[in-house]
Amino acid sequence: MAENFEPRIIAFLCKWCSSAGSDLAGVSRMQYPPNVIPITVMCSGSISPLYIFDAFNKGADGVLVSGCHPGDCHYIKGNYYARRRIALVKKLLEFIGLEPERFQMSWVSAAEGTKYTQIISDFVDALIPLGPQTKLRRNL
Amino acid sequence: MKKKTGVFVCHCGINIAGTVDVKKVAEELAKHPGVDLSEDYVYMCSDPGQNMVIEAIKEKKLDNVVVACCSPTLHETTFRNAAKAAGINNFQCEIANIREQCSWVHKDMSKATLKATKITKSAVEKVRQNESLEPISIPVTRRALVIGGGIAGIQAALDIANTGYEVILVERNPSVGGHMIQLSETFPTLDCSQCILSPKMVEVSKHPKIKLMTYSEVQEISGYVGNFKAKILQKPSYVDPDKCTLCDECTKVCPVVMTDEFDLGLTGRKAIYIPFPQAIPATYTLDIRGCPGLVPIACGKCADVCEPEAIDYDMKAEIIEEEVGSIIVATGYDLYEKENLSEYGYGKYADVLDGLQFERLLSASGPTQGKILRPSDHKEPKEVVFIQCAGSRDPELHCAYCSKICCMYTAKHAMLYKHHVHDGQAYIFYIDIRSGGKGYEEFVQRTVEEDGVVYLRGKVSKIFEDKGKIKVWGVDTLLGKNIEIDADMVVLATAMRPSEGASELAKKLKIAMDKDGFLAEAHPKLRPVESVTSGLFLAGAAQAPKDIPEAVAQASGAAAKAITILSQERLFHSPTVAKVTLNLCTGCGMCVDVCPYDALSLKDGKVEVNEVLCEGCGTCQATCLRAAINVKNTTPSQVHEMIRASLGG
Repeated sequence: MAENFEPRIIAFLCKWCSSAGSDLAGVSRMQYPPNVIPITVMCSGSISPLYIFDAFNKGADGVLVSGCHPGDCHYIKGNYYARRRIALVKKLLEFIGLEPERFQMSWVSAAEGTKYTQIISDFVDALIPLGPQTKLRRNL
Repeated sequence: MKKKTGVFVCHCGINIAGTVDVKKVAEELAKHPGVDLSEDYVYMCSDPGQNMVIEAIKEKKLDNVVVACCSPTLHETTFRNAAKAAGINNFQCEIANIREQCSWVHKDMSKATLKATKITKSAVEKVRQNESLEPISIPVTRRALVIGGGIAGIQAALDIANTGYEVILVERNPSVGGHMIQLSETFPTLDCSQCILSPKMVEVSKHPKIKLMTYSEVQEISGYVGNFKAKILQKPSYVDPDKCTLCDECTKVCPVVMTDEFDLGLTGRKAIYIPFPQAIPATYTLDIRGCPGLVPIACGKCADVCEPEAIDYDMKAEIIEEEVGSIIVATGYDLYEKENLSEYGYGKYADVLDGLQFERLLSASGPTQGKILRPSDHKEPKEVVFIQCAGSRDPELHCAYCSKICCMYTAKHAMLYKHHVHDGQAYIFYIDIRSGGKGYEEFVQRTVEEDGVVYLRGKVSKIFEDKGKIKVWGVDTLLGKNIEIDADMVVLATAMRPSEGASELAKKLKIAMDKDGFLAEAHPKLRPVESVTSGLFLAGAAQAPKDIPEAVAQASGAAAKAITILSQERLFHSPTVAKVTLNLCTGCGMCVDVCPYDALSLKDGKVEVNEVLCEGCGTCQATCLRAAINVKNTTPSQVHEMIRASLGG
């Protein structure tokens, strides 16, 4: 694998918990690799599987979906729908041969800056040995 | 027509510029298609910075702007207002968060600069497809509903009513007063509970702005902030309170004896009863669970002796509909169920009591007129063991949480016991003493030093009856010794639980509950009296165990929050709500099923959005197979472009 491989990751963060958690990581000046571009959405429940496929199509090496902890959803139950939907997407991605490490879901609350930092660091570490994602990438 | 976008990159002093090459970001963005202007400034949120944005919008006739700066939680409103001041719609401004999510978390300047550029480009792609929206305006029904007539509900109702708004106070029991009216004296001042609460109860019943509905339950709540509709079930009391003269003749002839809930089973009452002499409203209630029959032929004794003819067997339950603008839920607590604490002989031995029962023994209006007597043989107990944390702080078997008030009321119980029985001895088994509160620690010290109460640090392992005594086996962990006490009475500081039926009510109101069943606040620190549903507020022990001053403070807080809604003629709701593309909608109804707010419905085979109920979460958007329903300004088309911008380069 190329030594200087920098994985490109899209992180879909819900506005109320995970985006706020990543803000907290910033306020606390925690350090994590700059490979993630966050896209903030209202709720993890609003993340369509198409967003995830699209990110891989457009060349993402990894995709993270992060929402409020189960039971803590700002919108009462959006993250339960997300959890079910994401579980299916994960299975589908594995079925078509994508390495399971490339797609992750996590629960990060507004108070969990440390957890967010850890998740990103671990994700980047897991992606480096895999190299660029080519399976779903379209020649754009 | 081609849209013109302006980009403004903030240095935030060196907070951003220290790690991100701000000039480079601005240069890169200037090359981005559609961007007409890209500038940087040292403090974009300052007055000159905002003016720079405003002037640029006016001069360059920009259609929309992106400000790359700190988190949108800080300055989204600031810059959207600036955009508005410049004559474009608020929603034609987006924030690219390059501080919290970039400069503060990275050190490598070139990588951080690249990331900041991508984040900003992503925001540009979003804003270019934003719709101009105006807040949705809704009228407000300027009345409040308070559910629960304990101290918290009473306080909230009075606070709202005193500002001139109408309040409907609903209490499911025949009288208001809640658990507080059962108490003898209150810590740490030893005020008599009746003396401080009764005047408030009277005030509630006489207040021209309060409609008091006792013996009533909320059946259904529909609607939304500012415009709730409540269906309230008024149970029949079979006694007309306006005619009843409180002569008490009916209870003398009533043949049915039932358990007295007010005295927690220490005494009995008749099927027709007044909960306690100072009850509000001051009237009798006929309890049909015990009454042999509402048909006069079955009994009818009470009606026969009732001179004012207040008893009406034909009274029927009524559903009363009320419209309100805000709701306060103050449903209080109950004690941890007896059957869960069999290890302490609770429910098995008559002289093992809970804290509330002991309150009734101490109360001048209680079953013993304030004398402390054993329920089993009516003798004065000389050795009393108090056990704290009975059911609390026990994650393995019982409740994991601390019930908060027990340390204080147990100290009070032991002190008052000593005041009544001078030659008696009180022992308190405790895990820790938690006496945080004004005058609380001094109160506990007084219990030990002036009243000679013995505190034993440790748990009780077994309680059993032996030769008329209650043997208490425990351990003193400070001395490392086993303790054996031949007690005459045991009082358990049982855990506080959310009141019975609170979870059903929470479901009706769509209020979340925490893991212990208490009602969940919107934010544990900053929004402690609000629920996640706007317009619904929480007060008292329904939200978490708390003592009287805390319940009162929270009630006043909830009242103030409710008034902020009632005091407005119209409310404004975020317009970023779901929108249906009718020619794509097949009316399959999948989105209707998943909507957490019941904001969607099917009408003529298509989905219709109630824009007032919709909170814009987008669950519908991810569910729709035909992309027929989208949340305004977070459409899939926008997200796909954001993905492209985030991955490019």
